[in-house]
Amino acid sequence: MKPFEALRLAIAQIRSQKLKSFFSVVGVIIGVMFLIAVISIVEGMNRYMEDDFARTIYGLNTLTVTRSPSVQMDSDREQWRQWRRRPRLTLDDASAIRAGLQTPAMVAVESFNEGRLKSDRGVEVSGVWLTAASSDFFRIREMDVDRGRLFGPQEDAAGLPVVVLGSESAEKLFGALDPLGRTVRVNDIPFQVIGVLQPQGKLFFFSLDNRAIAPARSPMGRLTNPRAVVDNILVKAADPVMLQAARHEIESIMRARHRLRPDESNSFEIETKDESMAFWQTFSRILFIAFPALVGIALVVGGMVIMNIMLMSVVERTREIGMRLAVGARRRDILLQILVESAGLSFAGAAMGIALGLGMAKLVEALSPMPAAVGVHWLVIAAVMGIVVGVVAGVYPATRASRLDPVVALRAE
Amino acid sequence: MQNAVIIKTESLTKEYVLGAETIRALRGVDLEIRKNEYVAIMGPSGSGKSTLMNLLGCLDTPTAGQYWLNSTAVAGMVDDELAAIRNREIGFVFQTFNLLPRATALHNVELPLIYGGVAAKERREKARHVLGLVGLADRMEHRPAELSGGQRQRVAVARALVNDPAILLADEPTGNLDSQTGAEIMGLFEELHSTGQTIVIVTHEHDIAEHAHRRITLRDGLVETDILQRQTVRA
Ligand SMILES: Nc1ncnc2c1ncn2[C@@H]1O[C@H](COP(=O)(O)OP(=O)(O)OP(=O)(O)O)[C@@H](O)[C@H]1O
Ligand SMILES: [Mg+2]
Repeated sequence: MKPFEALRLAIAQIRSQKLKSFFSVVGVIIGVMFLIAVISIVEGMNRYMEDDFARTIYGLNTLTVTRSPSVQMDSDREQWRQWRRRPRLTLDDASAIRAGLQTPAMVAVESFNEGRLKSDRGVEVSGVWLTAASSDFFRIREMDVDRGRLFGPQEDAAGLPVVVLGSESAEKLFGALDPLGRTVRVNDIPFQVIGVLQPQGKLFFFSLDNRAIAPARSPMGRLTNPRAVVDNILVKAADPVMLQAARHEIESIMRARHRLRPDESNSFEIETKDESMAFWQTFSRILFIAFPALVGIALVVGGMVIMNIMLMSVVERTREIGMRLAVGARRRDILLQILVESAGLSFAGAAMGIALGLGMAKLVEALSPMPAAVGVHWLVIAAVMGIVVGVVAGVYPATRASRLDPVVALRAE
Repeated sequence: MQNAVIIKTESLTKEYVLGAETIRALRGVDLEIRKNEYVAIMGPSGSGKSTLMNLLGCLDTPTAGQYWLNSTAVAGMVDDELAAIRNREIGFVFQTFNLLPRATALHNVELPLIYGGVAAKERREKARHVLGLVGLADRMEHRPAELSGGQRQRVAVARALVNDPAILLADEPTGNLDSQTGAEIMGLFEELHSTGQTIVIVTHEHDIAEHAHRRITLRDGLVETDILQRQTVRA
């Protein structure tokens, strides 16, 4: 018998008992469904963390110098106290890094706070993300204006009260009016609007467009931090391969500025997007290890169910098998038939599981800001797993079927 | 001149071991069946008729003795060789039809050809042809449940014939049919015989055995009588 005939036979058999076939593969369906759903969500999260989160918070090829780690895992009170004792970063630190770096790089500072804006029309917006930054901040963050212009180094040096608004803030404050040249009060201090940023979208549920960015030395500096203090110093190497070199240089410059002895550890942090990813990566690694184990259990159980159903099916069809042997089926034809049937059954279950899993992932995507992404290779893996489970589950029933004595089988009830 | 020998057995023996007891179902059967013979095997229940048929049909292997089918020694063959012989040389008709309940008459008849590796198109043609021969040209797409008992047995006969076997074996083919339908099936066998088919049939009923040209009676695993009733048609 040709394998193709065995497949046709299997499909006919499975289709002739749809309900029974369905129940026999529920385990496989559930296993594969969760596999695909969770992998879609985790991979989607991964991509999101890499592409959006890390990029927004850190930027690519960018070193961020901070006083304490921005993502803290399992830190105790003592650790906190120690971080609090560290010296704050200053504008002078940034100047020293800019002056001392041999590696070609851009350097900028940024400080944050939350505040409120008030337009000259009297519209007020609160919960605004305030940023005091130096002019290279925009280039490092790869941000540009939609209208107007960004501020330059002279305006920063002079500490002029000019402000670039996020698209959402501008919209809320001025509506259809042209915001350029108008005055906006940031926590009651007047600034002149010189530009509106291109929309940045959302990070999780947090809007990136409700913000106001002004020069670090302008009054915005005081609204975000004590005088001359900054939250972060950003260093973007001209070339990604020089990131490590830049890191070492910054480390020695900062150690010198903090007058650390060789045996003392750093009193500052130098982070890249990898640090922010560390937590997520640990989490997703655990998921990727623990989860397949769970899926494995589901598939083993699913396989056992299939094996039982196939055994029952073989018993039910004893006479049929005897008849097939009588008309010339070889033992391996019977073996193949049962194996293909079992594999086909399980594969159909896996296919349903894939469809349901993708559906679940899409549902999560629709209800949350996270994208669902699943590599095609996972679909292939799931389908292959389905087939493998079926084949393994089918081996015993198929062997039993193929070993039947034709005379005995034909006499069976 | 006599027709060629199709079946020849020598001291064909079959024993079943059940615990300490050995049941000697066949105790040395010597037989010769020639092409185009129509043989009825009779005998009391338990005399070994089915056992003999299973051996002749290569469904089972003898404990001892020899069996030649078309001059080929069958006794020492392995499973796959036996399967090939069953597929090509033997057409088996069972008392209980043994059709695939969910398959059409056509598909049921195609089955031996599937195992014979015959291409789909040729399969269909042959199956249609034999279904025509047994008078079911208008029932090809019917499933067994949609057919009468006699029609089902006709499908089974068509299945047995589809590979153009050297011999048609039927173990009580009318056992599950009323006498009217049974007679119809016997008519069909007679027709097949008249076209040159070699037939061996097991039956309990004398009027059915009347159709055959030679009657062999078994008793306790041995041939008791072997009577030629009429001369067979020359092929
Ligand atoms: N698989 C088996 N195991 C043990 N004994 C068997 C087996 N098959 C047949 N026998 C025995 O062999 C003997 C012959 O059986 P067989 O089936 O050939 O008889 P039969 O002539 O076909 O009878 P019936 O007319 O009732 O069909 C019987 O005694 C039976 O019990
Ligand atoms: Mg019998």
